[in-house]
Amino acid sequence: MSFTAAEIWAIIVILGIGTFLIRFSFLGLIGDRALPPFALRLLRYTPVAVIPGLVAPLVIWPEATGGAPDLARLIAAAVTLAAGVKTRSFMVAIVAGAVTFYLLSALL
Amino acid sequence: MPSSIPKRSFWRGARDGAPFTLIVGPFAAVFGVVASEAGLTLAQTFAFSALVIAGAAQIAAVQLMVEAAPMVVVLATALAVNLRMAMYSAALAPHLGGAPLWQRALIAYLNVDQSFAVSSAKYEAMPEMSVPEKIGYFLGVMAPVAPVWYGMTVVGAVLGQQIPDWLALDFAVPIAFLAVIAPALKTVAHVAAAFTSVVLALALSGLPFGTGLLVAGFVAMCVGAAVETAMERRV
Repeated sequence: MSFTAAEIWAIIVILGIGTFLIRFSFLGLIGDRALPPFALRLLRYTPVAVIPGLVAPLVIWPEATGGAPDLARLIAAAVTLAAGVKTRSFMVAIVAGAVTFYLLSALL
Repeated sequence: MPSSIPKRSFWRGARDGAPFTLIVGPFAAVFGVVASEAGLTLAQTFAFSALVIAGAAQIAAVQLMVEAAPMVVVLATALAVNLRMAMYSAALAPHLGGAPLWQRALIAYLNVDQSFAVSSAKYEAMPEMSVPEKIGYFLGVMAPVAPVWYGMTVVGAVLGQQIPDWLALDFAVPIAFLAVIAPALKTVAHVAAAFTSVVLALALSGLPFGTGLLVAGFVAMCVGAAVETAMERRV
């Protein structure tokens, strides 16, 4: 971790305040005026727009292998995704992914 | 508990919220493990969960801290992941806008994916609920969820320090994220946004300090909205 303790605390506190303000926005400050439809439309996609881009390099170029693609990680990621899409369950997806990863790591 | 909040709706909320501890508990534990692996102290890890209560954003922040991204990028990315909650806030405002400020502030703090989903569905189904009943129900939903979220973060953080290296915990982050995102891929527009995000994040990974991810996220958001608009026109 290259951050100092003070920097880590600053990140935690700023994220806490920022997240609270996002959650408080309409409830507290803006009132019950409706969001413009295009804004609602953009906001709907924030998690699926940010998280996959964060995950992709971790799956394809894992640091643990020095950045070389690793078959066990690639297959386990695919299994997690497929299980999650099929069952719509966080738990089933994460268990399926973890089991696949450890099985393949042991076998390959 | 102030007398202005109806006990019955609080307990009904608590009953409806209880099953979500099964999702929130493991996710909190995963965050605890990830944060302690990254080198955060127990106090920092707990403060993260207590102040932010948003697992995906917390894991994103810790991952970028491990990658030594600049603080601004860490904050911008994690807050971008949480932007969806402005939408939750907007959706709750017509129901809870009449409550006292301190209650609305408390609801805002506790406004997470699970409490929003359960409560907004309840309000739609039972429009005859009064504002205090709606507040009581929402707080009730979080009554079992929030303590499990805090507690399991600590359990994960403590266990994380004792997990041997061969368990390759680096892979906990992508697996947890994929498990969060996969169930959210509900429509063609969601899939298009996710696909754009992956392609651009990989293509722009040469850009310094995670700024490629911010560009990828913004473009992917626009793609999602554009595809949704296009799909509506076709119908």
